[in-house]
Amino acid sequence: AVLKDGLRSQVSAALKEGRVTPTELCQRCLALIKSTKFLNAYITVAEETALKQAEESEERYKRGQPLGLLDGIPIAVKDNFNTAGIETTCASNMLKGYISPYNATVVQKLLDQGAVLLGKTNLDEFAMGSGSTDGVFGPVRNPWSYSKQYREKSVPKSHSEDEESNWVITGGSSGGSAAAVSSFTCFAALGSDTGGSTRNPAAHCGVVGLKPTYGLISRHGLIPLVNSMDVPGILTRCVDDAAVLLGSLAGHDPKDSTTVQDDFKPFELPDLTDVSKLSIGIPKEYHAPGLSSEILALWSKAADLFKNAGAKVVEVSLPHTRYSIVCYHVLCTAEVASNMARFDGLEYGHRSDKKESTESMYAATRREGFNDVVRGRILSGNYFLLKQNYEKYFVKAQKVRRLIANDFVKVFRSGVDILLTPTTLSDPAPYREFIQEDNRTRSAQDDVLTQAANMAGLPAINVPTALSERGLPVGLQFIGRSFQEKELLTVAKWFEKQVQFPMIQLEEVERHDNGVFQHQKSASFS
Amino acid sequence: VLNRRCVEAAVMTGLALNCSINKKSLFDRKHYFYADLPAGYQITQQRVPIAVNGSLSYSLCIDNKMSQMVTKTVRIKQIQLEQDSGKSLHDDTRNQTLVDLNRAGVGLMEVVMEPDMCCGEEAAAAVRELQLILQTLGSSQAVMAEGQLRVDANVSVHHPGEPYGVRTEVKNINSIRFLAKAVDYEIQRQIEELENGGTILNETRAFDSKLGCTVPMRDKEGKQDYRFMPEPNLPPLILYDAKSLPANMNHQQVINIDWIHERLPDLPSVKREKLVEQYGILPEHSFTLLNEDGLAEFFESVVKQTQMKPKKVIGWILKDLLSYLKQHSLTVKESPVSSSLLADLLNLLEKKEISSTAAKQVLAELWTGEGKTPLEIVKEQKLELLQDQKELEQICQAVIDGQENEVIMMVPG
Repeated sequence: AVLKDGLRSQVSAALKEGRVTPTELCQRCLALIKSTKFLNAYITVAEETALKQAEESEERYKRGQPLGLLDGIPIAVKDNFNTAGIETTCASNMLKGYISPYNATVVQKLLDQGAVLLGKTNLDEFAMGSGSTDGVFGPVRNPWSYSKQYREKSVPKSHSEDEESNWVITGGSSGGSAAAVSSFTCFAALGSDTGGSTRNPAAHCGVVGLKPTYGLISRHGLIPLVNSMDVPGILTRCVDDAAVLLGSLAGHDPKDSTTVQDDFKPFELPDLTDVSKLSIGIPKEYHAPGLSSEILALWSKAADLFKNAGAKVVEVSLPHTRYSIVCYHVLCTAEVASNMARFDGLEYGHRSDKKESTESMYAATRREGFNDVVRGRILSGNYFLLKQNYEKYFVKAQKVRRLIANDFVKVFRSGVDILLTPTTLSDPAPYREFIQEDNRTRSAQDDVLTQAANMAGLPAINVPTALSERGLPVGLQFIGRSFQEKELLTVAKWFEKQVQFPMIQLEEVERHDNGVFQHQKSASFS
Repeated sequence: VLNRRCVEAAVMTGLALNCSINKKSLFDRKHYFYADLPAGYQITQQRVPIAVNGSLSYSLCIDNKMSQMVTKTVRIKQIQLEQDSGKSLHDDTRNQTLVDLNRAGVGLMEVVMEPDMCCGEEAAAAVRELQLILQTLGSSQAVMAEGQLRVDANVSVHHPGEPYGVRTEVKNINSIRFLAKAVDYEIQRQIEELENGGTILNETRAFDSKLGCTVPMRDKEGKQDYRFMPEPNLPPLILYDAKSLPANMNHQQVINIDWIHERLPDLPSVKREKLVEQYGILPEHSFTLLNEDGLAEFFESVVKQTQMKPKKVIGWILKDLLSYLKQHSLTVKESPVSSSLLADLLNLLEKKEISSTAAKQVLAELWTGEGKTPLEIVKEQKLELLQDQKELEQICQAVIDGQENEVIMMVPG
């Protein structure tokens, strides 16, 4: 039962008391990773180094000197964070085989606190996508595809039909990290969030996905997609764990000039009992086209939940929401075009064999190294940055971005503390269905509810809420004020307690847990 | 992450060149693909640079004589901070390019001047003065041969009263001497071209030092769109002065322009003035003193150690010492004759123990660097001036006696 528990409540204590050792924990996770290989959540499993880290952790526990709450805790990191000595690919041919010489700041921080790095997780190539389906190592499968809950509800179309073909996507682009946390192969994972890439897969995989305020956590070592919107994301199985991770990662980094200078104090989340002083805003524009009736109903129920508990629930307006997706695309592709310019095959990564001239080598390298999605965004971005287009597109989009950010400022100033919105338009789609549309279309659809928070730099979190009719996870999103993560997470934690989201019932996990599987009675929300 | 020292150097240089320092300046990305640009873009300051609207005063000798100097000014358009690229070395024999990335990303300061100069000599003098200023400030060693100071010349010609002509950019200039040559050649080339009915292309040309001419550079094609974009990883650079500095700011995190201003060392022009005032030497002398690395210090050191008046010492420094050093391609630091040795020699001269001819002889001996003191050499070669009148008379008489014929011939005249 140890594997299924949250960090602080059980595992940390268990480690301290010696009921389980870091090495055992690590070995179990590694074994589980092997038996859930079909999920394709991991690109690289760092077995040797992980076991070594676990051993070192064990020594510390034996001496009674653990480094902190994260000592010995197995974690996974999305494969767009640099990890020294471990391959970092960004799920792209461009960086296949690339071994970074340094650790990203967030990775270093985790290691410094004794965390055990199990491996690098799968993603959409260069974090571009909303399905984790477009990486060179193949798509990630949502663990819920294999859950009892889903299987019970899915109607087999024919006898011969494999469960194989019915599997659902994890969402993206941090799908591997979300799947890893959801399938219990690690206790927490790092993702990245540029337009929703942590919250989207969190919602689809039924885990907590936190996007911190821009500037709170260092981006040094996170291979950049959009410098002005990227943040490292945190994926955990409960809100308390997210707070612990946040506490160990947040704070000024001299190596990242975009982190704020202010001191950050890690916090413990209070158990909120009285929500009467809380004002929840429901932005009407988030009733987006394509929002499933199921999710709409859930959203409504959640609002009622707060109301019935005494909180003030008001409808608010963020009028520029409908422009945000277009604005996001202009700014995102422009920065992408710039950030991808460094991949020329000269110093690292893939290099084409073409030798006739530097230009031809560059062109061939980049064509061979990048997939269609990446190349498409580079082309668009360069178009927007052309001298003749700069004012019309880039500068205009910057102005619209300011308007979008101001929408939030106005709403928060009017007395609203937290915004409550859906995270995704529907429950996770079957892979077959998802790939019917191209990446750009999908991203445009799926990012709608999440990317405004990136444009405004605000903190946002997905909290798993209930299972859909198909037995798949659905989550709701809370958006908070800048740098008010404590408030945001406190409310999220209260909500989490109310909804009692059911635990995934996965055969593989039961097998590895060596214990009596405990059915968790969920005060079912739906 | 922005390099603090670079910002300080830029502010110092801006202040020394009488610029307005922009309290807020911005960084941009300039995109192009080249093997020596690993990021595919260069960080620069295209929109708002760190300093603008300054001036640089320099002096020229008229007619190549060090007797008349005239002061000119060139306006400084701006100073911007940017990143250096790596270095490409083309190996044509093996059809490959070697890329050295060691200096990629290192901070550069680009000083942009207005087209206020009219010939190679002016350009050279202006750059020379800039070089001295940079060296005095410590912003840069500014040695052109080592690439510490790189100069691109923009040249155009026009008839008086008409607007400026099309300009070409001349690169690959590796010394101040070549700068003057390149500019003058290009001016000539353009005039000839236009007089023959041709037109000037807005192109980039390279200076070929062997042939002494400029040639079109094959790499540059027409206009390139650099797709400028604000640098998202560097927030706007905010500089403070004494008035605007917030009280509780961590002094490690900010730059105070006034603080830097107070600590600026004496600029070359000020140093020259002081030399002229203090020692009564001519302005053109002060130029030569500062122009040669270490020469002013040598001069002052000699003056301290000798009774000879500075006005006389300067002659020995500028004529005898300097010409010897030049002949043998030595720097002042490498001089076999130290300031104390020279001072000793000048003292002997001043006390009338030797004649000035003898002094020159001793100096020649000192150059050999055998370590003998002037006094020793004088004694060895019996160069002492005879103080005894009678003895002198005897010698002269002897000479006259020996040269009777000559004397007879001379007397009537």
